[in-house]
Amino acid sequence: MIWPVDLIIMVLVMICGIGAIMVRDLLGAAILFGAYSFMMCLLWAIMGAVDVAFTEASVGAGVSTVFFVAAVFRTSRRTKD
Amino acid sequence: MESLLANFVAKYNYWVYIGLVMIGMYAMIAKRNLVKKIIGMNIVQTAVILFYVSIGAKKGKTIPIIAHGHEDTGHHAVQALDYISPLPHVLMLTAIVVSVATLGVALALAIKVYRQYGTLEEDEIAMRVKDQ
Amino acid sequence: MRTLALVTILLMGGLLFYGTPDFPSWGDPQSPASLHVSPYYIEHAVEDTAVPNIVTAVLADYRGYDTMFETAVIFSAGIACLFLLRVYRRKSARTRLYRHNSTGITLRIAKGGKLPEGSAEFERIDSLWVPYDMIIRVTSRLVVPFVQLFALYVIAHGHHSPGGGFQGGVIFGAAIILYAISNDLRSAFRRLSEKAALLASAAGVLLYVGTGLLCLFLGGNFLDYSKLAGILHVDAIMARSHGILIVEIGVGLAVMAVMVSLYYNLSSAGRHDEGL
Repeated sequence: MIWPVDLIIMVLVMICGIGAIMVRDLLGAAILFGAYSFMMCLLWAIMGAVDVAFTEASVGAGVSTVFFVAAVFRTSRRTKD
Repeated sequence: MESLLANFVAKYNYWVYIGLVMIGMYAMIAKRNLVKKIIGMNIVQTAVILFYVSIGAKKGKTIPIIAHGHEDTGHHAVQALDYISPLPHVLMLTAIVVSVATLGVALALAIKVYRQYGTLEEDEIAMRVKDQ
Repeated sequence: MRTLALVTILLMGGLLFYGTPDFPSWGDPQSPASLHVSPYYIEHAVEDTAVPNIVTAVLADYRGYDTMFETAVIFSAGIACLFLLRVYRRKSARTRLYRHNSTGITLRIAKGGKLPEGSAEFERIDSLWVPYDMIIRVTSRLVVPFVQLFALYVIAHGHHSPGGGFQGGVIFGAAIILYAISNDLRSAFRRLSEKAALLASAAGVLLYVGTGLLCLFLGGNFLDYSKLAGILHVDAIMARSHGILIVEIGVGLAVMAVMVSLYYNLSSAGRHDEGL
């Protein structure tokens, strides 16, 4: 519950979130989304929610990123906006 | 200055949560690509989970696992004030499970739309549906 | 359209900001979320169920009904993905090529021929063939058993440490996905076929619901694990602890099978020929 560490990680979370929707390349958006998930996991671990952080680390930064990359691989990678 | 800092520390969690919900909803409404909309949906889901977890947090208390709980040393009294409230964690575990299930089905739908129309941009899909 | 969306979002955000002074301060021990229901769970979890991890005890015992439906949601997501994407092709009899990896020998089987016996080391190659990379294959062969062992540890140790059925199931599924990515998808099909994955996910849900029904038949409420004390020959408190372990195993099995099945369908777009 050290609030400066929390504040820095939250700023990183916002940057990753804005980056994930602004990037033109869908593979880059999927990887940034994996980084966003991992930062969220760190936030919850700081606040003491260890079970939730464990689940988000395994699901969000693991399996969910693989699903996104698999879907981008099977469809197109470029996007107009 | 002191009270301003104290006020900021007490509430900035909620401001970040509101900012993330705004980013996610903007991505779901205004982006044209289907995969970007799915990313926006996931951002909204994780932001709501952040909100619930930060409600249950307590300053200076320990995690909700009772140390030395498996020894039968007479069941010494457990003070509820020493531990973080575990109820939001339980609800949010179910929420994470549901979010990954929704992600799987949404990506399957996106692949199927691509197979049918050849593109993932929503205005091109609308044009090709009209041409059919 | 975009400016309209931006204006709407800013309006909604402004309204939410306007409501934040009423929220409890972050980290306040007297906030309403910590005062009403959670003290009962914190104080009575160990003496009722002998499980030190309060989150696992509440998830699988006090609120076990919700977890049963969460498992059903995961199972239905796997089935929905199967319905959406799966295309079945007739196995057409055409010329097939097989290759032995270590020596580079290639076999060509003509139309209608069969592969000779004892040739399990030959990999199928065709136009979608994934190139053979020795470093990735050997490294993943070293890593995958330890990841699976860690997943089993997380499921079994969920009573005393953060973890439980769902986390262990996801890690086990991730180990099989790692095997499918480093080797090609067909070798993963040889280890865990699609039919076995779907049967395992159904078996996980059935294990959970079956435990609840067994407690019903033994005279208690649905999912009241203390009535299992007669079958397991322990007292009522340890019976609840063992009941939690059984349903966690059910949840882990279902989640593992659904993660693997989702990967099979998403990475090959339903055709099940070649993946990432």
